Amino acid sequence: MAATLPPPRLLPSGDSAVTVEFSRTIDDAANERVLALDKALAASPIDGITETVPTYRSLLVHYDPGKIGFDALCEKILPIASQPLPPATKARRWRIPVAYGGEHGIDLEDVAKALNTTPEDIISRHAGGDYRVAMIGFTPGWSYLSGLDKSLQMSRRQSPRLLTPAGTISIGGIQAGIQCLAAPSGWHLLGRTPVRTYQLHRNPTFLTEPGDRVTFFAIDHKTFEELDRAAEAGEIVAEQVMA
Amino acid sequence: MSRLVVASIGPASSVQDGGRHGAQRYGLTVSGAMDRLSLAAANTLLGNEPFAAAVEIGPFGATFTARDGAVRVAIAGAPRNADVAGKPVAMDTSVTLKDGETLTLGFARGGAFTYLAIEGAIKGELVFGSLAVNARAGLGSPYPRPLQAGDEFTVDAASGAPELRIELPKPVSGPIRVLLGPQDDEFDDANKALFLDSEWKISATSDRMGYRLEGPAIKHLHGHNIVSDGTVIGSIQVPGDGSPIALMMDRGTTGGYPKIATVITADVGRLAQTSVGTAFRFREVTMAEAQDEARKFTRLIKDLPDRLRSSDTVELNIEALSDANVAGDAVSAVDAGTWQVAVEP
Repeated sequence: MAATLPPPRLLPSGDSAVTVEFSRTIDDAANERVLALDKALAASPIDGITETVPTYRSLLVHYDPGKIGFDALCEKILPIASQPLPPATKARRWRIPVAYGGEHGIDLEDVAKALNTTPEDIISRHAGGDYRVAMIGFTPGWSYLSGLDKSLQMSRRQSPRLLTPAGTISIGGIQAGIQCLAAPSGWHLLGRTPVRTYQLHRNPTFLTEPGDRVTFFAIDHKTFEELDRAAEAGEIVAEQVMA
Repeated sequence: MSRLVVASIGPASSVQDGGRHGAQRYGLTVSGAMDRLSLAAANTLLGNEPFAAAVEIGPFGATFTARDGAVRVAIAGAPRNADVAGKPVAMDTSVTLKDGETLTLGFARGGAFTYLAIEGAIKGELVFGSLAVNARAGLGSPYPRPLQAGDEFTVDAASGAPELRIELPKPVSGPIRVLLGPQDDEFDDANKALFLDSEWKISATSDRMGYRLEGPAIKHLHGHNIVSDGTVIGSIQVPGDGSPIALMMDRGTTGGYPKIATVITADVGRLAQTSVGTAFRFREVTMAEAQDEARKFTRLIKDLPDRLRSSDTVELNIEALSDANVAGDAVSAVDAGTWQVAVEP
């Protein structure tokens, strides 16, 4: 019999969703429990659950109160969420090309200055990291990564930019990210990737899944243009590394 | 096939339906009609599915012209002056535009969004089962952006079915009902009470993504940053400046501000239809009450066909209503209740 883990907090998010919270901080162990619960609920669906959204530290479970009430749902989720579950992480690894600096990474120089080092050093530390897609959210395909090198952790910009380009590769706080669509952001822009983590008419529409591993590698700006054209035509220009 | 041409239209108008479900885990926003009951009422008048795609018209006016044949439409939601070729059209009714005829809709009189449904519904390319427009994400069909003059829909030719009206229940009045949480423990009792006991107004900077609320500043217990987690439609976030934001249909699927409360499903449309500058309050309810109301709301939409009536019986009232508008202040331009009493048969 497996040991019982500390039970998650079940927090009502209105009348049609419940937040199953494992941690209040960013924590890979909590994220693994989130993804494992997500997988368990997908494998043995509870009638009434309509959709789930895994995040860093909690699983948001949308449900239809016409099919199941809050108390009944919590009673079903709690025992599953309190037990050790098989890990959900798939052996998927992506190598993502990034054109660092210049027009594609307008904050690279400033980040280097703020950290008393060179842009080349920032690139090597960022590209040298081994990241995990902890969650996807905010806008389609926006992949939030954990695993940012501690030496690159710095607070967000004082005032967020109202629009940052599609494909932006950025860091903010202890997080790193791959942003797919143009969006507002207060993070520091290090570069741009031609990879579309979301592309409507491509199969698959969404490239990354929570739990995927990600590494980055530098490309020059000319290669960016070439890969960007290929990506626009529907190619997946990220390299998938077989485990 | 006929065409319905958007001859003129104000900002904040777009094609919306019941929303895009099933891919929130990838950050795909739900979108869909701000006032689902009104969307469903307009569609039901034409025999469409309740959450079929229709035109969501923002607070400003709009005109639509039928081309290549007759087009049957229906309007519901925020009340407005409406006419076809100078003949007034009541809210919550269907009307057929003959080839070349124009439906003219004035500014919203109280409320914000009016729904123009089209017989046979708007057609387009579904993404995750939906045509709903999210302009930020470039999603939606047939136009993945707000509508503009010159846009047109290829639609079914009008069936010639008799015109109908739909008798909706009197709108619920009183405070917008909320459940506390999921992060109400990020606020002390005094600030929770401040949130629940204060009068709020919708800020003019609001949009389909979120309604900013003007009122007292709500203070956090431990600062305004939490690790991003999932949001729902109706989540009320409190950012650093203490002014709450109610997340609406185009919300991001995750967010990093503490959420003090959540608007109950049955009241999201009421909040959506609260016009800029109108004062309102929140009231805390129990989970049991909120879920009961959610179930009643679902049942109301399912049973909308039972509320259809022949439209003949309102002709006189339409004229009276028209006269009242011509007279000026006889019908309040801001009080939706006054207007709705006026069209009561």
